[in-house]
Parts: sequence; C-alpha cells; structure tokens
Amino acid sequence: MFAFLVRRIAYGALILVGINIATFLLFFQVNSPDDMARLQLGGKRVTAQAIQQWKAERGYDRPMFFNAGAEGTAKATDTVFFESSARMFAFDFGRADNGRDIANEVARRAGPSVALALPVFIVGLGLSVTIALGLAFFRGTYLDIWGVTVLVAMMSISSLFFIVAGQYVLARVLQLVPISGFEGGVDSWRFLLLPVAVGVIAQLGPEARFYRTIFLEEIGRDYVRTARSKGLSDPAVLFRHVLRNALIPILTRSVVLIPLLFMGSLITESFFSIPGLGAYLIEAIAAQDFAIVRAMVFIGSVLYIVGLILTDVSYSWADPRIRLQ
Amino acid sequence: MKPVFLLTDFFLFAIVIAAAFYVRYVLRSPQLRANWRLALQRPAAGVSAVMLGFFLAIALADSLHYRSAGPPDPKTGARAWSVETRSALDVVLAPLVAAQERTYSSPLAWLAFKKETFERHGQMVRDFPRLKHGGAHLTGPETQWGGDVARRAAAGLAGGVAAWLLASLLIVGALARQAGEPIGQMLARIGRGGTQYPVRAMLLAAGGLSLAIGVIGGLSTGYHVFGTTQVGASVLVAAVKSIRTALVIGSMTTLVVLPLAVGLGITAGYFRGWVDEAIQYVYTLLQSIPDVLLIAAAVLLLQVKIDTNPELFETALERADARLFFLCVILGITSFTGLCRLVRGETMKLRELEYIQAAQAFGVRASRILTRHILPNVAPIVVISMVMQFSTFVLAEAVLSYVGVGVDPKTYSFGILINTARNELSATPVIWWSLAAAFVFMFLIVLPANLFADAVREAFDPRARLRSITDRKSPAPA
Repeated sequence: MFAFLVRRIAYGALILVGINIATFLLFFQVNSPDDMARLQLGGKRVTAQAIQQWKAERGYDRPMFFNAGAEGTAKATDTVFFESSARMFAFDFGRADNGRDIANEVARRAGPSVALALPVFIVGLGLSVTIALGLAFFRGTYLDIWGVTVLVAMMSISSLFFIVAGQYVLARVLQLVPISGFEGGVDSWRFLLLPVAVGVIAQLGPEARFYRTIFLEEIGRDYVRTARSKGLSDPAVLFRHVLRNALIPILTRSVVLIPLLFMGSLITESFFSIPGLGAYLIEAIAAQDFAIVRAMVFIGSVLYIVGLILTDVSYSWADPRIRLQ
Repeated sequence: MKPVFLLTDFFLFAIVIAAAFYVRYVLRSPQLRANWRLALQRPAAGVSAVMLGFFLAIALADSLHYRSAGPPDPKTGARAWSVETRSALDVVLAPLVAAQERTYSSPLAWLAFKKETFERHGQMVRDFPRLKHGGAHLTGPETQWGGDVARRAAAGLAGGVAAWLLASLLIVGALARQAGEPIGQMLARIGRGGTQYPVRAMLLAAGGLSLAIGVIGGLSTGYHVFGTTQVGASVLVAAVKSIRTALVIGSMTTLVVLPLAVGLGITAGYFRGWVDEAIQYVYTLLQSIPDVLLIAAAVLLLQVKIDTNPELFETALERADARLFFLCVILGITSFTGLCRLVRGETMKLRELEYIQAAQAFGVRASRILTRHILPNVAPIVVISMVMQFSTFVLAEAVLSYVGVGVDPKTYSFGILINTARNELSATPVIWWSLAAAFVFMFLIVLPANLFADAVREAFDPRARLRSITDRKSPAPA
C-alpha cells in the first residue's frame, strides 16, 4: 500500500511537471509577453515603452529559460520560466495581472465554492443512485420506461435552462429564496438553497441513467441468479448484492470529483453571484488575466491527480480482493 | 458572385461525403448492415433521423457561402467583392433580416414593447408605438389582428399540409414500386405499421415538421413569430442560423476526436512498451487539466493570435469562422482521452486472440494487422461513443459561449443567444422569447440526437441487446 502510494505520487508529480511545461509553452511561447501586454493595455496604439514597463512590472522582461547574464544558480532562477511556472510547485502563484496575490484570493474563495459544491455532490449522488436503483428494481415496467424517457429528456435540456428557469420560478415568481448573492455564516443556506437544487437537477438526467445501466449490468450476472435461486427476495438481492458489487463503477465516477469540489462550479457561481473559485475564473477570463488562468490550471490538475489516487485507495476499501501493489 | 469556402464549410461537406462513403461501406458489409437495420427499425430512431436530417439540410444550406459583386472601384474600375459573405439560407431569410425593428417586440406583436414619446395626430403622446414591420399592413389592428393572424397561420398550415401530402405520395409511390405492390396496398401496410422500417412514424414526424414550418412561414409574412431582440433583430433568424453552429460543433469535434482516439488508442494497445507509456502519459496529462480550464486557456490564447494577425482574414465572417474551427479542434483535443482509453483496452484484448497471433505468425505486417484485423473490431465501440458524444458537444457549446470562451460573439449560436438574453428574465415585464427560442431549438436538436444514439448503442453493443431482451423476459417485480 505504502509503496503503491509513493509510486502513484511520483507519477503524479511527473504529470504535473508535464502540465507545467505545457502551460508555460502555451502561455509564453505561443503568445509572447508582448502580445499579452498589448491586449491588456488595449489595442494597437500602445507605445513600446508602455509594453516594456508592463513586462518589467510583472517580471516578464527576463530571459525565458536561461539567464546568461546572471551569476551561479541565478542563471536558472532569474528567468520567466522559474519565476512564473516552477514556483507553482511551492504553491506560490505570484500576483494576478491586476496586482492582487493569487494564493490569498484562492484561499478566500475556496470556502463559498465548497459550500455550494459539496451539497450538490452529496445530494446529487444520493438522489441519482436512489432513482437508478428504483428504476432497476422496476425494470421493464411502465415506471421504468417512463422514468428513462424523463431522464433522456432531462439530459437533452441545457444546464443553463435549469438555472434560468429555477431562478425565475423560485426566486422571482414565488419569491421563496433570494435571486442571487452570498453571505457567510449561518445565513448562507438561504442563498445556497436554489443553486444547490439547480445543480442537483441539472446533473440528474445523465447520472441516474448511467447508474441504471450499471445496475442492470450487475443484475444480469450469475451471482444474482444464484442469489435468487436460493430464495432471496428481490429487494435483498438488489440492496445487499447488486449495490455492493456496483460500487466500483460508482466510485470510479464520483471519488475523482471530490477534490475538484474546491474548484467550484463555473456557471452556477457566476449566475448566482457566489464569490467562489468558479466565479473567479470567469472574471479572470473576462479580464483576460493569464496569470490567474495559469494558476487555476495548475491547482485543478493537482486536485485531479489527488482524486485519481483517492479513487485507487477507495477501490481497496470497497472490494477487499483489490490489493494496491 | 464569388463562392466562398470557409474552413468549417469545407469540413462540413467533407463530413457529409465521408458519411456517404461509410453508407456505401455499410451496404456492402452484411454484418454492419444488420446492425444498422436493427438500429433504424426503432420508431424513435426513425423519427430522430427525420428531425436530424431536416436540421442537417438547414446547416448545409447555411454553408453554401458566396460574396456578391460590390460597386467597382471608381478609379481603376476593377471589380470589387462585397465585404459581406452570405449563404444560401441568408437569401431565404433575407426578408426577415430586412424587417428590423428598433428594439424588443414580443412574438406576433404589432405594438412596440416599451412606451415611447412620439407625435400622433399633431400631438405629443406617450404610448406604445406601432412597429415598423410587425403587423404594419394592418389598418385597424385592434379589430383585425386576431383574424389576420389566424388567416396567415391557416394559409401556412394549408401550404405545409399540401407539401407534406405531395412528398409523402412520392415516397409511398417509390416504396410501392420497389416492393412491387399496388400503391393502395402499400399505404395500408404503412398505416398498420407493417413495414420493415418505421415508415409510418417517419412520415408522421415529417408531417409535424412541415406543419410547424408552414405555420411559422405563414406568420412570418407579416409578423415576428418569435419576437425581436434588444437591437430589433428577429429571434427566429438568430435561432435558425444557430443550427449550423450547433451541428458544426457536434460533428466537427467528433471528426477531431476520431483519428486521435483511434490512432493513438490502437497504437498504444497493440505495440505496448514505451509507445504505450508515452501515449498514456500524454492522455493522462491532458485529462488532468480540467476541460473548461484547458479550453479557456486555449481560446484566450487563440483570440490573442487572431487579434494580433488581422491580415490573415479577409472578412469578419472568416475571422469568426476560424475561431469556430479552432474551438472544435480544442474541444476535440480535450475530449478524445475517454475514447482513446477504451480503444486501447479493447485493442489489448484483441491482440491476445488466436487470429491475430496467427496473422503475426504468417508474417503479416503490423500496419496491415492494425487496419485489417484490429480496426474493424474496435469500430463498434467507436461508432457508439461518436453518436453519444455529438449531443454533449452541442450542449457544451452553449455553456462555453456563455462563459465567454466559446464561439466568436458575432457568430450566431445558441450560447451567444442565451448570453445576450441572460438578464431579460429579470426585466419587468418579462422578456422571455429569446431564451425560450434558444432552449426549445436546442432541445429539438439534442433530444433526437440522444434518442438516435441510444438506438445505435443498443444495436451495436451485443451486451446491451442481450440486456434489453432479458429485461423484457424477466418477470416484473410486484
């Protein structure tokens, strides 16, 4: 187990190095800092001096990979690559193009993001697995057929519709909850109720249908026939055997998402003005702030890799036959 | 008139031609023919095919671009081409585009949506002014409006019914001739659903479609059927023009995914060793970056490139089109990893089978083993995942454009339409028609795509087929 973890973490680090180099190439070689400066300062009527100053403020005027003019280790460290990419491994993201400290901002905004994403994840997973089990239990009946039809229809509706319609009906017409906004502390549930409900409903269609397929696949297996033939009731087979054996695909799909909950949800947050990381990213995109986007790419990848390792660990918990070696 | 081939036009037609070749290939292979027959025998698949075919026809008509001749240069007398690129569909929609209002108007309205101060009978009043085009032909709209709307709708309906009857008659006639039956007998057979393919359901779907087109077309002669946007443009035009963008995203992204996923997946699974390690590294890397972030980063950078190199594009449409094209490429690169992993796993299973080992023992070249023996056997999972991804991409476009990393803001697309209308529901009174049109049109494209994908999956995946049989046989629990 320990050796396995060490190996996985080492591979994860290797992937992160690759991601770091790839994003660096994307952001600094495909586009030169001059392009970025021109975009930020606006249009073509920018003097060379203004560009130079913009670059100097952010340290982009240094050599890219190798500083021949510097002494000792500074040859490698006093470069754009080291300053903007390599330092990310120490979770030092530097400043955004607007001058604010990124790490600080990320830490401040992760809270609201989790407050929204965690309930969506838990309620959403619970509800889709329950509905899927119900449909699998009533398989082949009209309830199943109509249930699947409704799920396919829900899959075909844009998630934006659920947000727009939910906001209109619940907040505007019925005035049950505030339309948007956020407040820390105990009162936050009033603001979170609607976004959470919308988030759950928007993912219900594809999720529940996927889990139904998984359950039906398990129901077709030999051990289910054995369990039935020894006289177990249908609910006992379904809940004690099928659910247990279907855990692996459920874990594969869900555990990897847990660390990513910190990243927040892009659309929901910006629609409901919740000051989380998703909204942060949208603001960064609108302001074309490359430093923030680069930092978020790095954080997102770290969380994903952590999620993959967690998934493997959860397998050995769900199925004792799986040994991590 | 000078024909213009945009990047996406070229690829859209290339996809259609490739699809034609695939159909020919299917017709020659008994196994594939049986699979597709099974898929198309379901009424849901037939109806979906009719709907998707209709949308595809619109998208293709919107892909025949040309630039008309502009005024010649006054000094040199050289022919100049108009800066505006139009499509065949634009010609049909031209009257609707020309009927531009000043701002919002609700569907079928003859009065403006907001009060204005204007002069009436020599007196300044504050009231709802008449629209410039919507219902402008009415002399006494208060009394005439209802009758006029009903008359135009009925005329359109009659036209739709007539067109449908004529087309159905031709189709039924052709079917009867093919089967060597009298036309009456064929009609009766279709009526009781006794045909191999769901002809009855397909004809009914076509009927519903032509009735809807008839009514909308009839009403469009005098009104804005779906109302107008903030700048007074017809919502109907925006929605119809968005169809092409949706289909381009759905189909072209699939086209990007296909060679990447299949090529890399087969190579990794067959050769193993360091090739496998390298390919796995690449796709794990791509998968580790959250999709939206990678797309956002790439689109932002792309926009910088487009903005700093304006000389590459002759017209604004070409610029927007280049962004659409690269959006598909980026979307494809971020989403090929899932299929790639599947293909790799399947190839690893196949290469251990006896017939592959026999081929290796005979000294067949690796490239030939891959194309002749492995590729046809991974094809079913590729087909399944391709049809299933189509609708995902259409939905993804709306979200990405909403976030601001989708298509160019000047392109017609459902995401842009929703984005510009995002605050309209909080206006008083509510402006609902742009959002409603966008969501309804998207639903009408995505639902058939999902149903079609389902039918294909059930037909191509033997496990799924087995399951649907056992489903029906197993006694329903009490």
